[in-house]
Amino acid sequence: MQIACIAVVFGGWQIGSTTGALDPLILPPLSAIAVQLGAVLRAGSAWAAAGVTLAELALAFALAAAAGLLAGFAISRSAFVVRVFDPLIAGLYAVPTILLFPLYLLFFGIGPPSKIALGTTMAFFPIVLSTIAGFSQVKRVHIAAAQSMGASAPQLFWHVLVPDAFPVVIAGLRMGLVLGFLAILGGETITSNAGLGHEIVTMAESLEPAKMFAYIVVAVALASVLNALTSYVEMRGRRHESA
Amino acid sequence: MQGISIRGVSQAFGAAGDARRVVALEDATLDIPAGELVCLIGPSGCGKSSLLDIIAGLAKPVAGSVTIDGEPVRGPLPKRVGFVFQENALFPWLSVYDNIVAGLTFQGVPKDERRGRADEALAAVGLEAFRNHYPRQLSGGMKQRAQLARALSLQTEILLMDEPFAALDEQTRLVLGEDLSVQLAKTRKTIVFVTHSLVEAVFLADRIAVFTARPGRIKTILTVDEPHPRAPGFMTSAKLTGLRNALYELLHDEVRRAMETGAGV
Repeated sequence: MQIACIAVVFGGWQIGSTTGALDPLILPPLSAIAVQLGAVLRAGSAWAAAGVTLAELALAFALAAAAGLLAGFAISRSAFVVRVFDPLIAGLYAVPTILLFPLYLLFFGIGPPSKIALGTTMAFFPIVLSTIAGFSQVKRVHIAAAQSMGASAPQLFWHVLVPDAFPVVIAGLRMGLVLGFLAILGGETITSNAGLGHEIVTMAESLEPAKMFAYIVVAVALASVLNALTSYVEMRGRRHESA
Repeated sequence: MQGISIRGVSQAFGAAGDARRVVALEDATLDIPAGELVCLIGPSGCGKSSLLDIIAGLAKPVAGSVTIDGEPVRGPLPKRVGFVFQENALFPWLSVYDNIVAGLTFQGVPKDERRGRADEALAAVGLEAFRNHYPRQLSGGMKQRAQLARALSLQTEILLMDEPFAALDEQTRLVLGEDLSVQLAKTRKTIVFVTHSLVEAVFLADRIAVFTARPGRIKTILTVDEPHPRAPGFMTSAKLTGLRNALYELLHDEVRRAMETGAGV
């Protein structure tokens, strides 16, 4: 059924292009896109651009996850501290992160660091909020049971707190990855000198729509792979729920 | 083995001087010799569960002390005391077998002994066929049996059980009670068992400590003179009925009183 829907859309697209109903500058034919996709993949420019974007994302996510997980866990240790910080962080989260981009461009220049900063900022919030939530909702009876059986503090953390918090925390991590990716791509389309977003906007501006779509395909493919990977990690940690 | 000695234990929640301070337990004193099964019974909010937590070292009393085999309890004693909770305390992300192994790991049992002990415990409660099941896939009765297996595998001399069968239907409850009695006869553990069920208390206990409404004090101690393992026939005997009736008389007024003062009922 899903394949049929995609087939209809793509079929319609190709027909539209061939009959001239679709303006080739806005929506080039699928065949042209396919050709350009092959070209940029062979030329290596697609890999290079994807590499830049991926590297920015990897660093941004690593920073956001480290900060978010540590801060989130620390805050979760006291109900009072949670009451103080959770609304503060949630409030900050509501501020559009993109507003910080001009500031980051000033601090870090137009290269990858400003995108990394943007990505880190964006990814941090869902991670820290879900980490707070995840560790706060660990069932007391699980902790009591482990303690009564002699669990040490590290054992309690790794064998009870982490597994119990995992479903909530992993959801936040996945969200952080997605939002970070979008922020970085977006930042690249606004001001950058490399990366998939940069190529996409450059191709648009040089009136090369087929090449632009080719890079969009690469970006979508990258997003799909990331999604599949994180989905797998989440599923492995939660397989006891659907046993 | 000297057993459990409870001396003048009191428990309260809320700061001193706070109008909302609740005194759950007042001046509980009781000696439980090794190998005895004692039931704690009383209206809700009378401090029975609090007392159990204190014996287990999971909570500190505001007054009094508990000694186990002569040593004062200052924290959990994983090698001496096992605990079975009312709510399901199995770790949902682990299978039944892994749950038991987790307990053994926490207690510090060497790796090569864990498998054997886990297998023994599973056999003792009859769950060998479900060793790889997750708690989600088990019925309430099976979950509690699994929790019992985990506690039994730790081979502690004392077992504390906080209304372990409360969430189960009466029939399952009675059958599990019989099994517990068999286990007790085999292992000679000291068991402290909190329950609301009159019949369960008489069927299982060597002695029954009856609590008053909050603040809970030990009102009376009934003795049930019947050897373990308790035969299923004991359930329908006149002796049990007589004791159950005596328990009812003792408790009825306390439960009424608890309802009137709004103490937890």
